[in-house]
Amino acid sequence: MAQPDIPAAGTAAAPRATAGFIRRNIREYGILFALVVIMIFFQVVTGGTLFRPVNLTNLALQNSHIVIMAVGMLLVIVSGHIDLSVGSVAAFVGAVVALLIVQMDLNFALAALIGIALGGVIGAAQGYWIAYWKIPSFIVTLAGMLVFRGLTLWVLEGRSIGPFPRDFQSIASGFIPDLFGSGKPNLFSLALGAAVAVLILWLAVRSRQRQAAAGIVEEPFAFFAAKNAFIFIALVWMSWLMANFRGLPNVFIVMAILIALYSFLAERTVVGRRIYAIGGNAKAATLSGINSPRLVFLTFVNMGMLAALAGIVVAARLNSATPKAGVNFELDTIAAVFIGGASMSGGVGTVVGAVIGAFIMGVMNNGMSLMGIGIDFQQIIKGLVLLAAVIFDVSNKNRG
Amino acid sequence: MDTILEMRGITKTFPGVRALDDVNLAVRRGEIRALLGENGAGKSTLMKVLSGVYPHGSYDGEILFDGRAVQFGGITDSERRGIVIIHQELALVPQMSIAENIFLGNEVATRGVIDRNTTNDRTAALLAKVGLRESPETKVGDLGMGKQQLVEIAKALSKRVSLLILDEPTSSLNERESDALLALLDELRAQGITAILISHKLNEISKIADSITVLRDGATVAHHDSMVSEEQIVREMVGRPMENRYPDREPRIGEVVMQVRDWTVADPLRPERHAVDRVGFDLRRGEVLGFAGLMGAGRTELAMSLFGQSFGRRLSGSVSIDGRPADLSTVPRAIAAGLAYVTEDRKSLGLVLDDNVRRNIPLANLPGIARGGVIDQMRERSVAEDYRRRINIKTPTVEARVLNLSGGNQQKVVLSKWLFAGPEILILDEPTRGIDVGAKYEIYTIIRDLAAAGKGIIVISSEMPELLGITDRICVMNEGRLVGEMPTAEASQERIMEMILRASRKPERAGHGAA
Repeated sequence: MAQPDIPAAGTAAAPRATAGFIRRNIREYGILFALVVIMIFFQVVTGGTLFRPVNLTNLALQNSHIVIMAVGMLLVIVSGHIDLSVGSVAAFVGAVVALLIVQMDLNFALAALIGIALGGVIGAAQGYWIAYWKIPSFIVTLAGMLVFRGLTLWVLEGRSIGPFPRDFQSIASGFIPDLFGSGKPNLFSLALGAAVAVLILWLAVRSRQRQAAAGIVEEPFAFFAAKNAFIFIALVWMSWLMANFRGLPNVFIVMAILIALYSFLAERTVVGRRIYAIGGNAKAATLSGINSPRLVFLTFVNMGMLAALAGIVVAARLNSATPKAGVNFELDTIAAVFIGGASMSGGVGTVVGAVIGAFIMGVMNNGMSLMGIGIDFQQIIKGLVLLAAVIFDVSNKNRG
Repeated sequence: MDTILEMRGITKTFPGVRALDDVNLAVRRGEIRALLGENGAGKSTLMKVLSGVYPHGSYDGEILFDGRAVQFGGITDSERRGIVIIHQELALVPQMSIAENIFLGNEVATRGVIDRNTTNDRTAALLAKVGLRESPETKVGDLGMGKQQLVEIAKALSKRVSLLILDEPTSSLNERESDALLALLDELRAQGITAILISHKLNEISKIADSITVLRDGATVAHHDSMVSEEQIVREMVGRPMENRYPDREPRIGEVVMQVRDWTVADPLRPERHAVDRVGFDLRRGEVLGFAGLMGAGRTELAMSLFGQSFGRRLSGSVSIDGRPADLSTVPRAIAAGLAYVTEDRKSLGLVLDDNVRRNIPLANLPGIARGGVIDQMRERSVAEDYRRRINIKTPTVEARVLNLSGGNQQKVVLSKWLFAGPEILILDEPTRGIDVGAKYEIYTIIRDLAAAGKGIIVISSEMPELLGITDRICVMNEGRLVGEMPTAEASQERIMEMILRASRKPERAGHGAA
């Protein structure tokens, strides 16, 4: 194909380059745009309730477990697999941790660590069959879903275990202390939010400068400026709103750290790149010297640990471990990852996309509940949104 | 003169690209027309317009078939008129039988219930026509590529084909299978079936085609009603004179870099059979060593088992590299020992097709662009740009998806990937399969330069002229064994074929013909 090698810097090439850039990145911007539109929509129809500090805080708390699992699920799905067991694993770990704390009087932090380790072992047990025996992950984790649901019922003997000591509850419902002032507004939370916003802006500017130095800037400046201004303002504003309630929730900090960590892992590390390659073409990856079974195995170990963490957070929030905990978590998590642009066949998807997908689901749950829409219609609407997001993906791919 | 097909002024544009520009094509009834052109010249696009893959209205121009203007909305429309296209990647379902494949989408059924007996009877008749001696119940996945190709043709015949389009039908066949296929085309022509043959193999075209149309950059550049010299065709295809099809080189052969001894590999599907049987050879620095043989001779199996036991299970054998015993038991160890294997199947084994050029190139050596496990994005970018320039990968940017590149450029990406891994020994398996003349020459040049840099190079190829053109020495394999070896200067196609045939005739192997 005869195509010009170097796009001319002149005016004629600029609009076409911009159009091409939009076409290639429509998904990334589209999903963020969708979240903003959905938020504004619910802000309007709920008469301003959505953005109230207390509601915003609740929104973050109520969806934390989905976000925590979505970052792990993203890696699982990118590697070309699926994990249906996460809801049951979360419930089981929550039950075991509750047993350790409430009935055996174990220190809450130690119990939580044991719970996460248990999640890792469960992930390893499932990952072993998937990675080394090539048993389809759908089957192995479907079995795991049943097994761990059953084990949850057995451990709890059909009852709920609770309540927990205050310290354990604060994992899910506590707020970071205000080191600077009285806590009204929570100045430390505000400062922390602002500092993160500045850090993200600084990283973006630095990366663009480096690209400019190498002459490989692709993103038009208007996009770069608009996107980063939006992220900066959104972060500072959210911090301000939350600081006006009780400050940033502990679990919010956990989420932020996980998002940063896993984004970095997926996009910038050798391990992350290899997971994408396995999902993109497992045979080619193996013939390129990549140890696919080991990485798939580790992906499931990681998923088990994150499911365990989510189970602990849910138990702490509900202040009890119940046999019904974690039901349908796997479906919400998987939906979040696909809304976030991951591909069913593997190799495609981003951590940030999955997180935004989780928040889209969360905002819709929250907004529709505020509007008084029944659970029946909520399910229907969420199902249609998932379908629409994936249809958009597929048609976009076919056109590109 | 009876014209079966006339395409007039066909113009087809994609966003930013004019794939076909006012193309005219007239085909006489009962002839075999060869359609030639480099990859990306527009051959496949033209055939997709003809068969309705690109429906009427998505292109300009008109199509007359059997003297009447036709407007196909899809492939079923064109098939109903007797135009059948057989794609390079065969569209058969491996888990289904020959009969089920042939009548797929066109089942012999009464009220939805399939009539198995009639299906099998009709299939048997069709198989007899194409000369394939297999039961209609045989699973297609159990057949070799050559026989699968025949099943495709039988399927076309079942649709009462009057114009058969074949896209690179022999690209994955060996010589014997290719000859059988060409003979079949000849027979079909005698029965009045018209064919359009897309091929890169000029010798086949000179054997069978009645006339030749050459496309270049989306336009018809030449038409010949009789065979002309290969040089002229090549010149018309690439738009410049091409004196040599192989670059000149002065071999400077050094010390032995790899020694393979007594290498025996069990076939994973039939463990009692040895896919590679006591093979031993030496490879020297600066040497290009060719491996000739029929399909199924065990060459790919040998290469893949050497490359980290990617095929089968090793039963015996040892390898030493630079005089020291080498551990090649896994792919990472083989890479660490200095091996690289460029697969014959770049799409399913060589590339992450959905990913871009930048991310494909460092895949076999990610630590080479990373520090402490973290990828240095600037370095990754500059590595990709560097190979794009050096290997001449034709792509608007390294961010382009590999899927959208032509076959030759995809192959250059695979080569770049392995060059970046810094190997001392390269095994190239069918390095020029399905790619055009210009890109072939570039690949040969890369091979020459690597040899000149002191690497040891093994080339597995089913195209004998290629082996004769670029290697220093040729090993001949048959049924898993090394049956001969000679300096290329003393080799000829006849000598190689003779070695293979003599080895096949050995009594204890009688009846075990290669698939």
